[in-house]
Amino acid sequence: MSAHEERAANQGSGPDPGRASWARDLAMGLRFAVGGGREGWIRTALTAVGVGLGVVLLLGAASIPHILESRQARGDARVAVNGDRPVKRSSATLRYADAGTSFHGDPVRGALLRPDGPDAPAPPGVHELPHHGEMVVSPALKELLASPEGTLLRERLRFKAVGTIAEPGLAGPGELAYYAVSDRLAGEDGSFRIAGFGSRIPPRELPPTLLVLIIVACVVLLMPVALFIATAVRFGGERRDRRLAALRLIGADRRTVRRTAAGEALFGAVCGLLLGTVLFLAVRQGIGSVTVWDVNAFPGDVTPSPALAALVAVAVPLCAVGVTLVALRGVVIEPLGVVRSGAGRRRRVWWRLPLPVAGIALLLANGQVGTGGGTVDPYLIAGGAVLVLLGAVTLLPWAVEAVVGRFRGGPVPWQLATRRLQLSSGPAARAVSGITVAVAGAIALQLFFSAIQGDFMKVTGQDPHRAQQDVTLPSHDVATIREMVARFRTTKGVRGVIATIESTASRPGPVRRGEDFPPSTQVTVGDCASLGELAHTGPCKDGDVFVVKDSTGMVDTGYLFKTARPGARVLLNQDIRTGKPDGAPRTWTVPRTARVVGSRKDPSGQTAFGIFATPGALDTAALADPRARAMVRTDPAVADAAEYVRNTAARIDPLMDVRTLQNLERDKQFGSVRTGLLVASTATLALIAAGMLVTTLEQLRERRRLLSVLVAFGTRRATLGWSVLWQTAVPVALGLALALAAGAGLGLALLRTAGKDIFDWSVIWPMVGGGAGLVAVVTLLSLPPLWRLMRPDGLRTE
Amino acid sequence: MSIGHTLLGLLESGPRHGYDLKRAFDEHFGHDRPLHYGQVYSTMSRLLKNGLVEVDAVEAGAGPERKRYAITDAGVTDVAQWLARAEKPEPYLQSTLYTKVVLALMTRRDAAELLDTQRTEHLRLMRGLTERKRTGDLADQLICDHALFHLEADLRWLELTAARLDKLAEAVRA
Amino acid sequence: MTPEGSLLVAEGLHKAYGPTPALDGADFSIHPGEVVAVMGPSGSGKSTLLHCLAGIIAPDSGTVRYGPHTLTGLSDARRSALRRTDFGFVFQFGQLVPELTALENVALPLRLNGTKRKEAERQAREWLERLEVDTVAQQRPGELSGGQGQRIAVARALATRPRVVFADEPTGALDSLNGERVLTLLTDAARDTHAAVVLVTHEARVAAYSDREIVVRDGKVKDMMAGLI
Repeated sequence: MSAHEERAANQGSGPDPGRASWARDLAMGLRFAVGGGREGWIRTALTAVGVGLGVVLLLGAASIPHILESRQARGDARVAVNGDRPVKRSSATLRYADAGTSFHGDPVRGALLRPDGPDAPAPPGVHELPHHGEMVVSPALKELLASPEGTLLRERLRFKAVGTIAEPGLAGPGELAYYAVSDRLAGEDGSFRIAGFGSRIPPRELPPTLLVLIIVACVVLLMPVALFIATAVRFGGERRDRRLAALRLIGADRRTVRRTAAGEALFGAVCGLLLGTVLFLAVRQGIGSVTVWDVNAFPGDVTPSPALAALVAVAVPLCAVGVTLVALRGVVIEPLGVVRSGAGRRRRVWWRLPLPVAGIALLLANGQVGTGGGTVDPYLIAGGAVLVLLGAVTLLPWAVEAVVGRFRGGPVPWQLATRRLQLSSGPAARAVSGITVAVAGAIALQLFFSAIQGDFMKVTGQDPHRAQQDVTLPSHDVATIREMVARFRTTKGVRGVIATIESTASRPGPVRRGEDFPPSTQVTVGDCASLGELAHTGPCKDGDVFVVKDSTGMVDTGYLFKTARPGARVLLNQDIRTGKPDGAPRTWTVPRTARVVGSRKDPSGQTAFGIFATPGALDTAALADPRARAMVRTDPAVADAAEYVRNTAARIDPLMDVRTLQNLERDKQFGSVRTGLLVASTATLALIAAGMLVTTLEQLRERRRLLSVLVAFGTRRATLGWSVLWQTAVPVALGLALALAAGAGLGLALLRTAGKDIFDWSVIWPMVGGGAGLVAVVTLLSLPPLWRLMRPDGLRTE
Repeated sequence: MSIGHTLLGLLESGPRHGYDLKRAFDEHFGHDRPLHYGQVYSTMSRLLKNGLVEVDAVEAGAGPERKRYAITDAGVTDVAQWLARAEKPEPYLQSTLYTKVVLALMTRRDAAELLDTQRTEHLRLMRGLTERKRTGDLADQLICDHALFHLEADLRWLELTAARLDKLAEAVRA
Repeated sequence: MTPEGSLLVAEGLHKAYGPTPALDGADFSIHPGEVVAVMGPSGSGKSTLLHCLAGIIAPDSGTVRYGPHTLTGLSDARRSALRRTDFGFVFQFGQLVPELTALENVALPLRLNGTKRKEAERQAREWLERLEVDTVAQQRPGELSGGQGQRIAVARALATRPRVVFADEPTGALDSLNGERVLTLLTDAARDTHAAVVLVTHEARVAAYSDREIVVRDGKVKDMMAGLI
């Protein structure tokens, strides 16, 4: 449109002619996007698919708050609170006992209930409490119990399943859970009375370091998605420019052309938004069968927060238009062709460098936080991380141009690749900017991880080589205890049981001066083999007694000797509350032959001391309030030994607690954040690879004729293959180098924030390897089309 | 354009009276310039004298109308030689070339061959001119270029005619 | 027709793209140092003939012999190698690598043959001088005029001192003056190096630079000299 026409348009009758021309030009772009023939459609489809994939990830991220909130809400609603004050029994109360177990490594949430009357509350998701001996189960548990794999669990949960727990009572669709009703619940078995389910206890707050981690992870994972969307909007840009040149030829002015391009991009982005929404809804339906980070969610949970969803819906099309306009800034579309002015203008470094520097400064401004406390300003941390990563992205085009500009000579493939990059390094730099951000972020996080994981990994002190299961027996009756131990010993897959009965012994007589209560010590009765696991007994036979000193130094041997001393007389039935014997005093004398030995850490990591006696020396019937423990050693050759042990425990008592011994315990929250990060960065890298592949193929298609000419004069396939490889590898290598620098900088700044200075450099190599793998994959996937394009058909002009 | 060869060619498809010959000539080649009777009879008497035609039959009555001419073997050979001979490339050849093509088609000879022969002749001349241009001075170049462009125009006509021979054959033989 | 001393001989070439035959029993031969114009209407199979002769595509049947080699029996790799060393190519347009300078474009086939970069660029510079375009040696194709670009392409085709130069409408995109200059330079240089030139064109004035012309019509070749003899 000429200036004259534009003036005419401005004098038009509309209230806002500027807006009218905008609308007209945008509409024209839309027509180009729709009616541009096959090529136009392909371009629009590519953009839409690219944007759509990005939108799926963005909507997924926007749903995370709701997923967590709804899980939390449902979790809170089903908690049974054992309050400080006992609940008075009424027709509307019930007794509750935790009866969770684990099966093949998966936790099974379970509880035994005993209603006190007809009005007893039902847990969330349970319509009506079942009767005695019956249970309601989660759909996942129901399925497991019905399957052949569930045989052993079926033996353990010997209740009749009469119903299922509905969605409100479950954390996720894959959760294994049951509520069983048992008349046998009584006061002394760990159960308690409640009047209703649910609690208003504020949830545990995330440790600040973990919060930093999550904030940075979100930034790191979402920035490449944003960059990918920006790349997707530019798919097919060169052909679009040629079409716009044709538009100029028939009289459109530069502004019109720009608006038309914006309209085209807008259409692609809106299509992508719709496609992404549809894909998201489809993925959401299937979400129940997927478990990520030990979490799985109901489709209803995966609901984007309205504000974030609105942000995505507005930001994506706006970004598309913005990116298009910025991309056109360096391009002059003339009626007879497209001139890229970018080649003449060197990129400047001065405005790019302050970004990462400011980012690091922001991070350091937050001050230190530790696992113990400190405050995290999410805006400061997120802003700092964004600036650092954005800095890496803005530095990248400059770095690529600066480095590539220095390349001279080299073999032919190298020359072809570097010369191409020299002529226009922009597209290459854009293509790898996603990788740069993803890898920089991942490196920073991995560094941070390696330094803080010590905070989240506990060495338990347990020794799973000596025993694998630790059982607390719920009985105080020695005969029953013996019988239980015997049942464990005869369980399939069990090699041995370390069983002890423990009680207390105190010095008989009144309290002496300076004492608040009579000195007392622990009495442990077990066979020689069991005692040998708890103390360095040396040679032992039935009838022996040992005085065990605490080798950890927690208990003073002098104090210990007040009661546990060869030849000392001790009281076995002291009432702790009164200090007097509970009924007729039962005393026992430690034999003078008792040997004084050191204690030994037992397989569960605990250390016992005091009087150790074999059954032949001390009759356990004399002990008051005896408690029994059993540590079970299983046969590694029997795969389900642990399940058999649990089944035996459940047969004895459904409330019996069986713990699996392990040397390291990883903090669950930390573990899930780490897994989530790995999964998400893999998805991000795959997305970037897809984007790079499209860009490479598009570029190859543009050069179809040239490729045919090169083939005509005998160029080897390998020569061109290598040139494609270098063309991808050089920017990726530069991107990775920059990512390394930015990632290390960001990581170190974060570490300083967390007050750490020890970290493991080796964690960055997988990232570099991932980048290299990406180059390989993109190159390999572009080779078949390259071979196809290298056929002489491209020479045929007719 | 050789009227003698043209009339001989027309006779090749069968004996004709003088008047028929004039009509056939006018129909195919005389769009802007019809032939005079005088021209026909003077040409025929020359051909008779050279033994290229003979009088096939003389009908009753007076005047030249009585004679019907037929082509002799020598006449057929003469037509064939004429058609096969490339014309000296010069401007405004097409009336001759056109006549030759049409006659070739009418007599079921290979018209494409005729065109190819002519193309070769044209190109031979163009090669010479091109060679002269390469070695000559600017004046030579300009003169040669003039000739070359004209020859090129003829050649284009040859190409176009070659591409339309089938259609032309249909029209001529109809 | 197998004339004595022929450098490149093709016999009975057939090639079809889908159901339409592009070549239908085409014969061809060329002597060292000879410039042969391949003429014919568009779509007649001229380019297909050139591609078959140069070993860029394999004919469906028929043979192409080049010196002692039977091109049609060679592997793709061997044919590619032959094209690198013995053949040169000029096309109508879009043949220069846009990223490389004029000099590097001319040096490219030499380098593909294994010549060192310095030496390749020295030889390339000589060819640029010979084709009167040494002033644009450091410019990229996008900055060159059409005539300059075609001269670069000719220089590139000749740089390896090929035995046969295949030129497919080399002046198709040029005005007469530029076209004639390019043709003069191409044929002169070819005659000097005793290279044969297969010149595909539909223009008589271009064909006039040849020693002999053949016409491809409906996939068949007509050798015009044969008719005269």
